[in-house]
Amino acid sequence: MTDHISAAGWQRTFELKSDRGASRAVMDVLLEQLGAHDWEPSDIFAIHLAAEEALVNAIIHGNKLDSTKKVHVDCRVSRDHVRIEITDEGQGFDPASVPDCTLEERLEAPSGRGVMLMRSFMTRIAYNAKGNSVVLEKSRAAAAG
Amino acid sequence: MPTHRRIDVSKVGDVTVVTFLDKKILDETGIQELGAELFSLVEQDNRRSLLLDFADVDFLSSAALGKLITLDRKVKSAQGRLKMCNIKPEILEVFQITKLNKVFDIRAGEAEAIAAF
Repeated sequence: MTDHISAAGWQRTFELKSDRGASRAVMDVLLEQLGAHDWEPSDIFAIHLAAEEALVNAIIHGNKLDSTKKVHVDCRVSRDHVRIEITDEGQGFDPASVPDCTLEERLEAPSGRGVMLMRSFMTRIAYNAKGNSVVLEKSRAAAAG
Repeated sequence: MPTHRRIDVSKVGDVTVVTFLDKKILDETGIQELGAELFSLVEQDNRRSLLLDFADVDFLSSAALGKLITLDRKVKSAQGRLKMCNIKPEILEVFQITKLNKVFDIRAGEAEAIAAF
């Protein structure tokens, strides 16, 4: 884990074990950097929620808590842009296959809201073709709008 | 009275008021414990009027939402009533995005919520 700090901002990569609670190592540093780069509390909440959901998905649904598999995380934070790439070593999934949790018949389903929250709170999210890697991005201009 | 690690429980008249001990409800293990403690209020203690006061909660994840949905179902199937109050704007937005504000009875403050039972 090496910090790269330049005029363009802060960057760090992480390699996490597939343990419950492993996301903490990323979140503590990420939240500190968001504050240091003057992001608004409401944006920090949004990024925190989206990143947490994506990390939990990678650890639990992607790697299925397999201790031999890692979650690879690349975080970049500048004053006007945040980019977080999260890749697991699982089989991947089709994000389009997640049913819409806001449909009347799905409203009371106990799971399936993580991806929707990521989409709502970030400017852009994109999965790779395999579905085991997601990029979360938030731009301050969009955040302020 | 069972010991709780994730919640504080008090009574106001007939209403059981639950407050949360964690400011951030996101740790998987903590959410499992939280769910078990909330469910026991309905299933073991036979509480039928529950108010969840979120005044001390700054953050919750979708896994925590799942526990709240299951709790709501358990309360409704026991012919009880579940209400929520003092939800911070960011968390209220989470409820609105997922349309859970249509499922849950959400009130502004504790006094208003208790009066509505």
